[in-house]
Amino acid sequence: MRKMFSAVAILVMASLALAACGTAVPAPSVDTVTVKETVVVEVTSSAPVVVAPTGYGVTLKTVMERGNLVCGVNSQVPGFGYVGADGSFAGIDVDYCRALAAAIFGDATKVEFRPVTAAERFTALQSGEIDILSRNTTWSLVRDTELGGNFVHTTFYDGQGMMVPKDSGIKTLQDLAGGTICVQTGTTTELNLADVMASLGVAYTPAVFEDADSTFAAYSEGRCDAVTTDKSGLVSRRSVLTDPSAHEILDVTMSKEPLGPMVRHGDDQWFDIAQWTVFTMFSGEEFGITSANVDDIRANATAPEVRRMLGVEGDLGLKLGLTNDWAYNIIKLVGNYEEIYNRNLGPDTPTYIPRGYNSLYTDGGLLYSPPFR
Amino acid sequence: MQRELKQTATIPFWRDERVLKILGQIIFALLVLFVGALIYQNMRTGLAKQGISLSYSFLGNISGFDLAETSIPYDRNSAYWQAFLAGLLNTLKVGVVGIIFATILGAILGIARLSTNFIINRLATFYLELFRNLSLLVFLIFWYLGVFLKLPRVKDAILWPGDIILTNRGVGIPWGIPTASFPTFRLILLLGLILAVIVFLAFRAYSQRTGRAPLTLLWSFLAFVLVALVGWFILPVKPLTLDLAFVKGLNLAGGKILTPEFMALTSGLVLYTAAFIGEVVRAGIQSVSKGQVEASRALGLNGFQTLRLIVFPQALRVIIPPLTSQYLNLVKNSSLAIAVGYPDVFYVSNTIQNQTGRAVEMISLVMLTYLLISLLTSVLMNWYNQRIKLVER
Repeated sequence: MRKMFSAVAILVMASLALAACGTAVPAPSVDTVTVKETVVVEVTSSAPVVVAPTGYGVTLKTVMERGNLVCGVNSQVPGFGYVGADGSFAGIDVDYCRALAAAIFGDATKVEFRPVTAAERFTALQSGEIDILSRNTTWSLVRDTELGGNFVHTTFYDGQGMMVPKDSGIKTLQDLAGGTICVQTGTTTELNLADVMASLGVAYTPAVFEDADSTFAAYSEGRCDAVTTDKSGLVSRRSVLTDPSAHEILDVTMSKEPLGPMVRHGDDQWFDIAQWTVFTMFSGEEFGITSANVDDIRANATAPEVRRMLGVEGDLGLKLGLTNDWAYNIIKLVGNYEEIYNRNLGPDTPTYIPRGYNSLYTDGGLLYSPPFR
Repeated sequence: MQRELKQTATIPFWRDERVLKILGQIIFALLVLFVGALIYQNMRTGLAKQGISLSYSFLGNISGFDLAETSIPYDRNSAYWQAFLAGLLNTLKVGVVGIIFATILGAILGIARLSTNFIINRLATFYLELFRNLSLLVFLIFWYLGVFLKLPRVKDAILWPGDIILTNRGVGIPWGIPTASFPTFRLILLLGLILAVIVFLAFRAYSQRTGRAPLTLLWSFLAFVLVALVGWFILPVKPLTLDLAFVKGLNLAGGKILTPEFMALTSGLVLYTAAFIGEVVRAGIQSVSKGQVEASRALGLNGFQTLRLIVFPQALRVIIPPLTSQYLNLVKNSSLAIAVGYPDVFYVSNTIQNQTGRAVEMISLVMLTYLLISLLTSVLMNWYNQRIKLVER
C-alpha cells in the first residue's frame, strides 16, 4: 500500500514538473518581433519567476492591456513625490507619471503609484514590477548601463547640499571635521559624500539609514551634526521638520545631480514615449501653452510646430504608437512644465525652490526641447 | 520456508521492493535536480533578456562609500568584499554579545519565574508575557528613536558613576589600552589558564575516586583569577591603562564608544530573546520530575546541591535544543539592523546591491552567509548537546 502511494506521488510530481516545463521552456527562445505577443501572455500568466517584458513595443502593449500605468515613485519627499494628508500622491515626479498616463490613455488618473525606496527602486524596474521609475533618481553612467535602465531625460537639475542646525555654528564642510553626517543608503549622495570628504581630507562618521523618513528623524533627534542629500530634497524635507527656520542649508554644492525618470533597457518605443512626454512639458512652456488655453490654441494656432505638436497637423502621435492628441492631453490634463513646477515647488508652496537651472534655455536655464517635427 | 522463497526468487525487478526503493530515491533526486535546474535556467534567461550577466568579480572593485562602524580598517577606497566582511564582523559582534547577555538574562528570568516569592514571580511573568508578544521590529525602532536618540546632546552629556557617558551620539565607557608589559601579561594569563585546566582535571579525578562532588569549575576559575591577579600586581608597569571616554568637539572620544545603533540593536535583541530563553529555562527546570528532587532530599543533599547535581544536569538536556534555536533566531533577527541604521552584513549588502545593481549575486551571498552562521552555531550546540545528553545503554 505504501509502495503504491509513493509510486502515485512520484507520478504526480513528474506530471507536475512536465507541466511546468511545458509553460516555462518556450519563453527563453524569443528574440523576434513576431512571437512576442505569446511571450507576454506566458510571462504574466506563469507567476513563479517574474520576468520583465522587454523588446520593442512590449511595455506599451502591457500597459494598454492592463489599463493603467504602474509608476514607481517616492512617497517621502514633498514637492517631488509625497503622500498628502488625504492619501493622494503629489509632486513633480508624480505629475510626470500623470502626464505619461494622459499621453497613453487620455486620462491622467489611470496611474497606479507604487512607492519604492531608494534601495529597491532599480530592482523594481528590472523585474517589471513598475513600468517606469520616476523617483528623483540621479542620472549616472553605472545606472545607465549595469543597472539595466535608460534615463529618459533630466526633469530637475539638482546638486547635493548639506543641512545643519542654525545654532551649531557650522558654516563650511571643514567645520564638520570629527562630526557625524546622516545620509540615506543606496544613493549617489552616499558616494558623493565619501568622495568630497576624502578629497577635502575631512574625517567624519556617516550614519546611514534605509529611507528618507528615518534619515531625517535621526537628524532631527540630533543623531548627527548635519544631513546631506540633493538640495531640493533638503528644502522639501526641511519644510516638514518641527521648526524649519532652525535649520540652514550650507552654501556649498557637492555634486551635479540631474534627476529624471528611468525606463528598462530593451524597449525603445517606450523610451521614446517617456522622453517626448518630457519634451511636451518643456515645449508647452516654451510656446506658452497651458492647460487653461490649450483648447483655444489648438483651435486657432497658426504656427506649424504648435499645430504638429497638438495633433492638428501631421501624425506625430501615431509615430510614437499613441493617438494624435497625446500632447494635447498631457497639457490639458496635467499642464506644461511651468504649471507642474509651480504647483509643487513654486513660490506659493512650502517647498519653494527658485527655478535656477530649471528654467527654459531662453531664460538662461537648461530646459531645451528638440523640435516637434 | 525462507530457503524456499530464495530459490524461487525470480521476482521481476519492477516488483522487487529493494530495487523499487532505490529507483524511487533516484527518480526523486533527479526530479529535484531537474526542478532546480529549471528555476536556475529561468533566472538566467530572465537576466540575459535584460542584458545582465551573473558574476561576482565586481566584489573586487572600489566601494566608494563609507561605513559608520567597522572592526577592520575600511574607507571609501576599500573593495566591496571588504565592506561585506566589515558588515559580517558587525553581525558577529552583535550575535556574540547578544547571545552572552541574552543567556544570562534569560537564565535569571527563567529561575525568577519559578520563584516562590510572589513579587519576583509576577514581575518575571509580566516581563516574559510583554516581550514575547511584542513585534521585534517595532520594539527596535522604539528602542532606537524613543530611548537612545532621546539621550541628551553631546554638550549636555549625562555622566554616570563608573565614568560612563550617555549621549545621543553613543555611550562612552572606560576601556583598557595595552601598555608595554601587556605581552608579558598575556603569557601570565596563559599560565593561569593551564593551571585552571590542571585544577579542573585534578578535582575531577578526585571526584571520580571518592564520589564526592566538589565545585570543580569554581575552583579552577579561582585558580585562574589568582594567577591573573598576582601577574597584575608583580609587573612593574600595569599591563592595561584605563582610558576614559570624554567629549571632544562634536563627538565622543577615548574609551570605548558604543554607537546608539549598536546599543539599540543589541539591547533590543537581548531583551527580546531573553524572554524566550526564560521560558525555555523554566520549561527545562520543570521537566525534571518532582521525584528526583524528593529522592535527592531523601539522600541528604541540601537545596543548592539538589539544584546543582540533580536538577540542572537533567534540565540542561531539555534546554539545549530549544536554546539553540533561540540563538539562531537572535543571529537571524539581527538583520533587522537595517531599521536602526546599524551596518550589519545584510545592511551592507543592500548598499552594495544598490550601488552595483547586482541583486542576485548579493542576495545569494547574504543567504549563504546566514546559512553558514546558523549551521556553525547548530554544529557547536549539537556537539554540546551530544556531550550532556542522557547516556542510554
